[in-house]
Amino acid sequence: MSLSATTAPPSPAAPPPDVPARRRRGYLFNRLDLKYSPYLYIAPFFLIFGAFGLYPMLRTAWMSLHDWDMVGEHTFIGFDNYTALFSDEYFWNALINTFGIFALSTIPQLLMALFLANLLNQTLLRAKTFFRMAIFVPNVVSVAAVAIVFGMLFQRDFGLFNWLLGLVGVDQIDWRAQEWSSWTAIATMVNWRWTGYNTLILLAGMQAIPKDLYEAAAIDGASPWRQFWQITLPMLKPTFIFVVILSTIGGMQLFTEPLLFANGSIIGGNQREYQTLAMYMYEKGIYNLSTAGYGAAVAWAIFMIIVFVSLINFVLVRRAAK
Amino acid sequence: MSLTTRRSRMAAATLAAITAIGGLAACGNDDDTPAEGEKPEKLVVDTFGEFGYDELVKQYEQETGIKIELRKTAQLGEYRPKLVRYLATGKGAADVTALEEGILNEFKANPRNWADLTPLVSSEISDDYLPWKWELGKAPDGRLIGLPTDVGSLAVCYRKDLFEAAGLPTERDAVSALWPDWNGFHQAGQKYKQATGKAFVDSITAVSNGVLFQQGSDLFYDKENNIIADSSPAVKSAWETATSMVDISAKASTWSPEWSGGFKQGTFAATFCPSWMLGIVADNSGEENKGKWDVAAVPGGGGNWGGSWLAVPEQSKYPEEAAKLAQFLTNATSQVEAFKAKGPLPTNLEALKNEAFLSYTNEYFSNAPTGKIFGESVAQIEPIHLGPKHQAIKENAFEPAMRAFENGQASKDAAWEQFTKDAQTQGVF
Repeated sequence: MSLSATTAPPSPAAPPPDVPARRRRGYLFNRLDLKYSPYLYIAPFFLIFGAFGLYPMLRTAWMSLHDWDMVGEHTFIGFDNYTALFSDEYFWNALINTFGIFALSTIPQLLMALFLANLLNQTLLRAKTFFRMAIFVPNVVSVAAVAIVFGMLFQRDFGLFNWLLGLVGVDQIDWRAQEWSSWTAIATMVNWRWTGYNTLILLAGMQAIPKDLYEAAAIDGASPWRQFWQITLPMLKPTFIFVVILSTIGGMQLFTEPLLFANGSIIGGNQREYQTLAMYMYEKGIYNLSTAGYGAAVAWAIFMIIVFVSLINFVLVRRAAK
Repeated sequence: MSLTTRRSRMAAATLAAITAIGGLAACGNDDDTPAEGEKPEKLVVDTFGEFGYDELVKQYEQETGIKIELRKTAQLGEYRPKLVRYLATGKGAADVTALEEGILNEFKANPRNWADLTPLVSSEISDDYLPWKWELGKAPDGRLIGLPTDVGSLAVCYRKDLFEAAGLPTERDAVSALWPDWNGFHQAGQKYKQATGKAFVDSITAVSNGVLFQQGSDLFYDKENNIIADSSPAVKSAWETATSMVDISAKASTWSPEWSGGFKQGTFAATFCPSWMLGIVADNSGEENKGKWDVAAVPGGGGNWGGSWLAVPEQSKYPEEAAKLAQFLTNATSQVEAFKAKGPLPTNLEALKNEAFLSYTNEYFSNAPTGKIFGESVAQIEPIHLGPKHQAIKENAFEPAMRAFENGQASKDAAWEQFTKDAQTQGVF
């Protein structure tokens, strides 16, 4: 807003009395234009954010303070929903599952993305644009399609992975029956979809590193491997942390993949082996009509966890910048 | 590439959920409320699974000139959250909405969401339906909220070719005679397994469904709607019978990919068929298995799995016309037509006596006289009180625990403990 304030013409307290009315109107319009139109330009974002971001958040916060029946009565109960959350073992179970799948999907995914980005950054590589586009293709596929196809690949009786394991003499795995196997399967879907995306962002970060650094290092006799460790990685830190934050937000909200992997069962596995936080929120908030208030509390807990993890990331960025 | 793309994609489903919780489309009365007696241009009908209404709806359109939009949802699991959203926000519900017995009680708990049909339908029709089915369509406060569509009378679907290969009888009366009770069913299964080495029945949860719904007594709730999951004899007996059959189970739980794929692969030779399931068995097995399936009686006789009502949400702008449509869809002729099209079993007494219904044979199922088989079994159905969170307890506590045992994830005792604990926490926190 400071821009419009400084560029606005000096506005006299009242227009001179001898100015014709038509000119005065034009002058007034100009003044209003300069003063208010910037607000109009930015209004769409704030309106949309207000309707689809802020309002649902506040409404959810309000709901979380109630014993809220989705199609019935609402009673104010203060923070009871939140205190109940702390002793709810299924909430903690969902939290552990979410972080487990998050770790299994983010760590290999970022390492892989780093490797691929470095590969695509090589000057010797041919058909660069083709590879860069090809690596992004999985991200364009609808998440439901990915989850359904991978759900079939990870089937117990007729799944491709079990068939492949059978070829090398390993017994069939009931992928949905244990935590490690179900987490692996879901993480595979996430990795398949997001590795290419992260590769492109890391690649962009790598290309922003000045070439003369590498040339100087090469003259000093540093091997490509040494150049990667001493130049690429340190210079890539801000990009890397950005990618980590995005993965964190995505990972904490994981919903469609595990839900479809469970054939639509909201509890995610017979013993909730892979029920994520978002699924638990849905179970309490939408599936069970009478506990919508508790579901809203879970939604806010997810929000707080994301804020908390992002804060840690933020501190890391600050430290990296120093 | 916008920076928030990833976030928004990943969060799309979550966002939808939060929006629904927030009730973004807040309640409010529309200004364009139609004048009294005005004829609607269009009515919307919401169903799940297969109700067999395609032709009937066209017929009604021609007779009345009102356009009907038939919205179908494949599974009840997807249908229910949508319905919840419509009711919570006061917008979007169909004029005629199908309610399944598992979720009916939950919605009955807040009857003000539904129009009272008593003044809207002709008073004589109350005697047209199975009396217990009619009574279940009433809310606790006496409002009539649902007109009966179908019941899910039970039978067993079995593969004749697989039975023959295992040296079991194939003729439907002889097959029914194999299992006068569940013990007989188990023994037939063991014989089959010995001869072929393959599993006999799709899953133990399917068995438990059969046993559960033929008890004619309280299941997870008593009549006062207290949860009695851990002490209910009906639940315990379903649990014991089903878990004993783990040796003949293909461990392919109903609706899973293993299950729907199993029909073609012949992973199991028998499954439980309420009449509405016939169409689903035929679809899953495909044209190449036509004539290989047949229908026999269920062990222990009778039983009811599923069945629905048609209700009119309070938010409908044309409750009178909607009630008329619901009445049309549930009258005797329509119910016979729906049965012939997709298999939902009539509840209209006249339809059950209808010649076309009783003489109907199902071509896909080796010309089994399904009209006669299911029609006769309707008389044996005993009404069951289900209670408000019945569906949630069954889906999220009873069946997962049973499957955990079936897959060897938990011992029988640990699984039972898991079930009784989870049953108590459905719908509370």
